[in-house]
Amino acid sequence: MNVVVCVKQIPDPADPGALDPNTKTLKRDGKLILDESDSYGVEMALQLVDAAGSGEVTLVSMAPNGEVSGLRTALAMGAAKAVLVSDDALAGSDALGTSKVLAKAIARAGEADLILTATESSDGYTGTVPEQIAELLQLPSVTFAKEIAVDGSTLKVQRQTEAGYDEVECPLPAVVSVTAGVVEPRYPSFKGIMAAKSKPVDQVTIADLGIDAASVGWAGAGQEIVEIAQAEAREAGTIIEDDGEAFAQVVKFLDDLKVV
Amino acid sequence: MTDYRAPIKDAMFALRHIGQLDDLLATELYSHVDAETVATVLEEQGRFMQEVFAPLNASGDREGLKWSPEGVKTPEGFPAAYQKFVDAGWQGLGAHTDFGGAGFPEAVAAMANEFDIAANGALSMCPGLTTGAIECLQAWGTEEQKEVYLPKLVTGEWTGTMNLTEPQAGSDVGLSTTKAVKQDDGTYLVTGTKIFISFGDHDMAENIIHLVLARLPEAPAGTKGISLFIVPKFLVNDDGSLGARNNVKCVSIEHKMGIHASPTCVLSYGDETGAIGYLVGEENQGMRAMFTMMNSARILVGIQGVALGDAAYQKALAYSQERLQGRKIGGDSKEPAPIIEHPDVRRMLLFMKSNIEAMRALIAYNASALDLERALEGDEAQRWGEIAELLTPVTKAWCTDVGVEVTSTAVQIFGGMGYIEESGVAQHFRDMRIAPIYEGTNGIQAMDLVGRKLGIRMGAVVGDFIAGIRSLDSDLAAAGDGFESIRANLADAVSSLDETTQWVMTNGLADPLQALAGATNYLRLFGTVTGGWLLARQALAAKGEIDAGSDDVAYLGAKITTARFYAEQCLPLAHGIAQTARAGAGALYEVDATTLESV
Repeated sequence: MNVVVCVKQIPDPADPGALDPNTKTLKRDGKLILDESDSYGVEMALQLVDAAGSGEVTLVSMAPNGEVSGLRTALAMGAAKAVLVSDDALAGSDALGTSKVLAKAIARAGEADLILTATESSDGYTGTVPEQIAELLQLPSVTFAKEIAVDGSTLKVQRQTEAGYDEVECPLPAVVSVTAGVVEPRYPSFKGIMAAKSKPVDQVTIADLGIDAASVGWAGAGQEIVEIAQAEAREAGTIIEDDGEAFAQVVKFLDDLKVV
Repeated sequence: MTDYRAPIKDAMFALRHIGQLDDLLATELYSHVDAETVATVLEEQGRFMQEVFAPLNASGDREGLKWSPEGVKTPEGFPAAYQKFVDAGWQGLGAHTDFGGAGFPEAVAAMANEFDIAANGALSMCPGLTTGAIECLQAWGTEEQKEVYLPKLVTGEWTGTMNLTEPQAGSDVGLSTTKAVKQDDGTYLVTGTKIFISFGDHDMAENIIHLVLARLPEAPAGTKGISLFIVPKFLVNDDGSLGARNNVKCVSIEHKMGIHASPTCVLSYGDETGAIGYLVGEENQGMRAMFTMMNSARILVGIQGVALGDAAYQKALAYSQERLQGRKIGGDSKEPAPIIEHPDVRRMLLFMKSNIEAMRALIAYNASALDLERALEGDEAQRWGEIAELLTPVTKAWCTDVGVEVTSTAVQIFGGMGYIEESGVAQHFRDMRIAPIYEGTNGIQAMDLVGRKLGIRMGAVVGDFIAGIRSLDSDLAAAGDGFESIRANLADAVSSLDETTQWVMTNGLADPLQALAGATNYLRLFGTVTGGWLLARQALAAKGEIDAGSDDVAYLGAKITTARFYAEQCLPLAHGIAQTARAGAGALYEVDATTLESV
């Protein structure tokens, strides 16, 4: 079983990020790391390939400056190879532009039985790329997977909902977005890190993928960030002194939030 | 509470500019390693420690250990975290490649060790001791012993211990009485009691390989009559599987000031049947085998100073940025200011930061000297070996003394909250306090420096070292603006070191008591000046990178400022410390022991 996983390389969330006031987008010219939300898809893919007993995991990513640091992390976890699309013309791409590029890159990655993504990236949060990729590739789209099993050519997914989960089936290949936290991503082992050095990363431009520069980047973006504003500072919390009746106030607080 | 973040950038900076990384990787021994991989390995190891070891630090301290006749139970989460450590393969980073190790330079492993100790000082003791066992067996084990024990120790599936101390034999190992009697089958039966055995028993690994010093019948008295034995908790069958439980038992664990999650065991050998042991090296040559790993073990303890110091610094820095008290001096605002705006808090933070970076650099340098000794041949190898010999007691003692001061300063920055356990910073101070004591007390280190190391090659090694510090002067002069105080204070301090070194060597030969009376203060002087030298070299390297167009000006500029602070506030103390180192033994012995009793 061959699984392609779309992974994003993002600025380290532990470092203070900065927005470019001109483009109103996140500055991403420094070192990038594997988006934690993608590590679940990588882990799930590795487990599925293990369970199938054959096949491999291929990564697909789009990043500026030929950045591979985050890819190396996922390769060290056990993925076999990667396709990286890096092209100056991609700066400013919106979600649909990104999806066009990733769809082409997935096709380049070879025959895939399954394509996994995160539900959304940790730096952009549009949450629309997985479904767009499925549409562009004309494949079934299943979202918010908490568990994936393959039975012959049928995919069985437990799809997380607010109340519990749905059991969904569809034919393979399909595009499935994986909910964060549903598996425990392995840490790259020392041997994995050493092996990752020599794993192939196919670095391509949009020309290699046959993509028209006018359809991606700033030129092709159908959406525009018109304004950015400082997030409101968090207000101080309320401190309740427990005089023996504090529970009532806690219940009222939760009741007001409509969570009980 | 602030989460620990591994200082990967500064570790790489120290490795490149002080730890001689390029020179190391150019040698045949390390030709399988490249700088990019070193950076990746440190990043992944650091992330692992942040995410797996660090979250168990405070909970492990609170919960502590549980002893029962069946053995020691480590705190919640420890066995699982340790298993992840084994799965990831971090134990083998510095081990030789013959038995599954990665064969990375010790200098790189030292930086990685800083991260695991900072993340969890107690838990990281276990892999540290395993490393000692690996080094000892690599050097002295028979081929068969290596085949049986090293592969599992290098993966971390089995852990190691060092058994030296007995109730009557602490710093003076020669007083030990644990017995070993040779059997007809060539094994030995070991009987006796060892104390203070870190990770002498635990539930994180399937087997524990104890390395035990014991005395054969008729062995000469003192350290010349001590032999070294492997005593596994479970005997190993011919096919490598685990066999019978050996007759070694953890009969109790200590209740300690710190490292609450590190079991400090009393081990009883051979209560019933005698514990089966296997001789390592030759009979009566146990101390020699112990000395093999002493340099790296002592550096490892020195690393605890920088590691726990940095963990405490990170918390103190974050607190100083959040805690609002008092107004900014000379400011317009009537609002309370973060305490980081107050000059004394700044002083404490810079004291911590500059000493942390000096310690990190010293460790990188000392470890790289060990690596170069191993990687080079002939005179060059000897030269680096001598530098490692000279610096190791300084790394152990200076870094741990400074580590205590740095963690104490972190408590101070937290004010009253620092004395409250919930702040988390008090734990680092408590955990740190053992390091000046174990692995040879700092007093012993000072005696080693003054009594043994200064005399290497008739004083030529220390002479060359001091000349090397002096030779930086021309570079500091050429660096110009911003380097004036670094240059002037380093020149003064190295003069104090030079004069005092000559005093110690001259007087030490004539009357050892005079030199040994000031040995601790001399070591302090040596460390203080060496730290200033290494920070000055880093400042010059930072300036070089800025001049070459690096865009990381904030980090690099801070390296220069940090060196300047140290030069202005730490190096001037060298002059005074030098006076104390030369004070001699007069006042110490003018009083007799009973006069010291208070009345």
